[in-house]
Amino acid sequence: MNRVAVALCAALALAGLGASAGLVLPARWRSAAVGAATVAAGVAGAVAGAAAVSGTGWQVRVAGLLPLAGVTLAVDALAGWFLLLVGGVAAVVGVYTVGYTGRTGRGPAARGALALLPLFVAAMLLVPVAGSVSTFLLAWELMAVTSLLLVLSEHRHSPAVRTAGLWYAAMTQAGFVVILLGLAWLAAAVGGESFAAVRAGAAELSPLVSSGVFLLCMAGFASKAGAVPLHPWLPRAHAEAPSHVSALMSAAMVKLGVYGIVRVAFDLLGGGPRWWWLLLGAVGAVSALYGILQAAVATDLKRLLAFSTSENIGLILLGLAAAGLLAAAGQLAGAGAALAAAFLHTANHAGFKALLFCGAGSVLHATGTRDLDQLGGLSRRMPVTTGLVTVGALGAAALPPGNGFVSEWLLLQALLHQVPAGGTVLTIAAPVAVAVVALTAGVGVATFVKALGTGFLARPRSAAAAAAIESPPTMLAGMGLAAAVCTGLAVVPTVAAPALDRIATGLRVESAPLHGSGIDLRLAGIASSISPLWIAVGVVGIAVGFAAVARAAGRPRRRARAWDCGDGPLTARMEYTATSFAEPLQRVFEDVLAPEQDVDVTHSAESAYLVRAVEYRRRLPDRVESRLYRPVIVAADAVGRAACRLATGSVHRYLAYMLTALVAVLVAGVLR
Amino acid sequence: MSAAWIMAVAQAVLVAAVAPLLVGFTRAVRARLEGRAGGRLVQPWRDLGKQLRKEPLIPADAGMFFTAAPAVLMATSVLVATAAPYLSTRGPLSAGVDLIVVVGLLLLGTAALALAGLDTGTAFGGMGASREMTIAALVEPTLLLSVFALSTRVGSTNLGAIVAAGVSDQARILTPASALAAAALAIATLAEAGRLPVDNPATHLELTMVHEAMVLEYSGRDLALVEWASAMRLTILLGLLANLFVPWGVATSLHPGSVALAAVVFLGKLGVLGGLLAVGEVFAAKLRLFRVPELLAGSFVLGLLAVITSAVLA
Amino acid sequence: MPVEPLPAAAGLGGSVQVRHVDAGSCNGCEIELGQAFSPVYDAERHGVRLVASPRHADVLTVTGPVTVNMAGPLRKTYEAMPEPRLVVAVGDCARDCGMFAGGYGVHGPVATVVPVDLQVPGCPPEPAAIVSALRRLSGR
Repeated sequence: MNRVAVALCAALALAGLGASAGLVLPARWRSAAVGAATVAAGVAGAVAGAAAVSGTGWQVRVAGLLPLAGVTLAVDALAGWFLLLVGGVAAVVGVYTVGYTGRTGRGPAARGALALLPLFVAAMLLVPVAGSVSTFLLAWELMAVTSLLLVLSEHRHSPAVRTAGLWYAAMTQAGFVVILLGLAWLAAAVGGESFAAVRAGAAELSPLVSSGVFLLCMAGFASKAGAVPLHPWLPRAHAEAPSHVSALMSAAMVKLGVYGIVRVAFDLLGGGPRWWWLLLGAVGAVSALYGILQAAVATDLKRLLAFSTSENIGLILLGLAAAGLLAAAGQLAGAGAALAAAFLHTANHAGFKALLFCGAGSVLHATGTRDLDQLGGLSRRMPVTTGLVTVGALGAAALPPGNGFVSEWLLLQALLHQVPAGGTVLTIAAPVAVAVVALTAGVGVATFVKALGTGFLARPRSAAAAAAIESPPTMLAGMGLAAAVCTGLAVVPTVAAPALDRIATGLRVESAPLHGSGIDLRLAGIASSISPLWIAVGVVGIAVGFAAVARAAGRPRRRARAWDCGDGPLTARMEYTATSFAEPLQRVFEDVLAPEQDVDVTHSAESAYLVRAVEYRRRLPDRVESRLYRPVIVAADAVGRAACRLATGSVHRYLAYMLTALVAVLVAGVLR
Repeated sequence: MSAAWIMAVAQAVLVAAVAPLLVGFTRAVRARLEGRAGGRLVQPWRDLGKQLRKEPLIPADAGMFFTAAPAVLMATSVLVATAAPYLSTRGPLSAGVDLIVVVGLLLLGTAALALAGLDTGTAFGGMGASREMTIAALVEPTLLLSVFALSTRVGSTNLGAIVAAGVSDQARILTPASALAAAALAIATLAEAGRLPVDNPATHLELTMVHEAMVLEYSGRDLALVEWASAMRLTILLGLLANLFVPWGVATSLHPGSVALAAVVFLGKLGVLGGLLAVGEVFAAKLRLFRVPELLAGSFVLGLLAVITSAVLA
Repeated sequence: MPVEPLPAAAGLGGSVQVRHVDAGSCNGCEIELGQAFSPVYDAERHGVRLVASPRHADVLTVTGPVTVNMAGPLRKTYEAMPEPRLVVAVGDCARDCGMFAGGYGVHGPVATVVPVDLQVPGCPPEPAAIVSALRRLSGR
């Protein structure tokens, strides 16, 4: 047993311990015990991951654990990266959970909901270490079921939770079926179900089989990752789940969809033709743009964060697509850079999204609402939370010196520097991809300025927001941990270089895509470089310097009424809300977002020229959902209703069906 | 302190010192064309000096974001002014700050000011923030496509490398791709610096304001920092436009003589671009806010054409 | 033509930013004030500029007899300005309510609401008089 094995077994055992603690302990101790167990399991998982990315592999096959196939575990650098990610997120969220679920013993703190949390973490740790098709599918389904039950923790609270659960259940199971078909086909075609056997046999696969497997698996994994158009479950489930579960799902679980794509497409199938990657890139581009546009106009803080998850997954898929495309064109240096960008972005997104969902949870905890139009004024009531959320928002907006900026810089570098030998397709695709990344980044900044500016700053817009108080220390500690990780990744991203080197080598692109002399971040084969540390020190140092000098030399600040043009006073109703902030963007992208608005004018009884009341309503439904899914749901519903007519409850009818079927089988048998 | 750092600090000081003068110069040119005598060139410096001595007010409900934004905005401007190759391509940060970082830093400054506008809790602050962020979001694709077109011919996004390549091989600059990228970047510059036809820096009408609406609540030294930093942004952007597309005169060494010459040439280029800007502003009217996306879409197409042309020619 | 600088405006250092409040004027003074910034009189060459917010202003120009309804807003505008701040009462009405003195809606001259540092007499004052008053503040 090596380090990976010990740490991994410890993680699973701790998770089991946590689950039983959740079931057994009284409400007073439950949250603390489960939180501690989740942290411990997460740390153990992260230790296993760290060992794996630093070169320690581990393989084991336990034949008796599952009938027929047994359980196969295999840990390589790729699995290690995701172990590290899941473990890190679980550790952060575990600390946060203690304060968030509290001691009420209801809702997310109920016996079952708490017991499931460590099990969910354990399932997510098992997915990347699965070494065979059957083990992988088992872990995948375990992850889906535990997360579904966690989403439903507050099902008594509102019907929206139940709807979200239904959507998530339907889509995750459909995704599972597609992945099952794809992987089973793959295993049947190569004649072995362990990943090692698949890898060895993949070269002999016919293009039909490998492309079919790719398409099936991509569809399933992309739906788990929340890529558009397979995303509708995501804004519902992320918004309605308890916030610590949202954080786990958005920061960790969704990344395992990315893991699935990388494992199957790059590792098991060993890359593929150009059109795979163009398709993946198109999905990524659409996800990025559609996700960020929906986030920009969302007024529900958690829905905004959920759509931003779609956006970030889009960017990651764009990076993977670029890596595949460049590898197929033989440009391994560019492929390495693109892959490094995608992987680094999974880590960065995990960091800032865990932080932001926890922040949204703190807001919900303190005010009972997640509607940005009802919030405001939190920066003076919850200063620490606001500060931590700012760190996350800086990363999510991909602004320097945040952590999101580094991975977007890498992605842009990979897209910018491969033109000469690329041919026509790359010549067109690269600038389009750059424009997509740029527009996404620009709208992303507007989105997070909106979230922070209308949600946390200025005056509170509701009594609930006015009565907000700072979160308990455990919640702040969890968020602080995430903020520290974000800062670390932002300032010294080169710490990830050795891990990315091993992953890139394992996936057969240019090794050591990322290197640097401690401070400078450089890419193999590309002449550009930046030093994130210098940028961070420069911005912070100069800003502090100017503020200090101005403060020392100038007069003291005086508080005054906000300038109200001499009338007033200004009330919170006059503040810009999230809706009004996003209105220009909504108008500019009206064709994409297709808002539904109606204006009702009630006239005075005396004269049609006098208006008594004007009512304005605007809805921004998810257009993909209403155009793509509604017809399917309606059709499925119709088929279901039609099928009801077959089953009337009459025994005679059923006997007639059976007789008909028997006759049909007999006739078929005779005719053959 | 090495020669490179001395040069970089001198360059930042030069940009900071020249920026208000550039604003004064554009105002003077404008005044002349409108048949007025106009203020002195140093008037913006006098304004800044006075504002620095005045008392800063803070709205009752504003917090940290309002007080921190001027310093953050200033920091982004100073950092870009230190890192960009205005005088010499051998700056100490030329390997640490590339064109994408410059774009990101300018956007950080914009975002900081937008947050400050929202932090005031006034309708004008929110309105300015909303408009500014919308424009900033739409400018981004043009900016990065111009970066793409510029970096293709060099193989690097590092500013020093791009300008140095232009200085050493001047034939590379006089290409159709370069002209298209310059046009795209020029429009993006107007939008980023808040000049006509995107935003009117001289307006007193709150309803047409973009940048001014966000800073309506600032006073005293906070206002001085915001205005100074805004002037620096204009200088930075015009200077980049000048040195990326007309790199003649930029020193490729740290020799004091050539750096001094570069400073003189840089001031000349700024004067020419500032004059052109002022002349253009006299004859241009501000676009309605919802026509601005059309202008930016046009600049985006120019940028896309620039990239494709440069790829085809390469 | 040199002007005699106002001692209270010494701290401005040659830069005067003006916020204007019409406290109940007949708008005659506004027309003359607008002329003061036109190409003919061009107050800008003396370092004077109109601004959009009292936060940015050093000098408040007030015209008209202060009406009952404008007394509060005028005071608030003055309070919204950062120190040091100066007030210029432009026109006879601002000085002593002029022909509106005793009107039922008139609160009183500007000096009854905010401290006045400089007065420009005339009904309406000529643009040249306004410019020379502003020059006493900017000292240029």
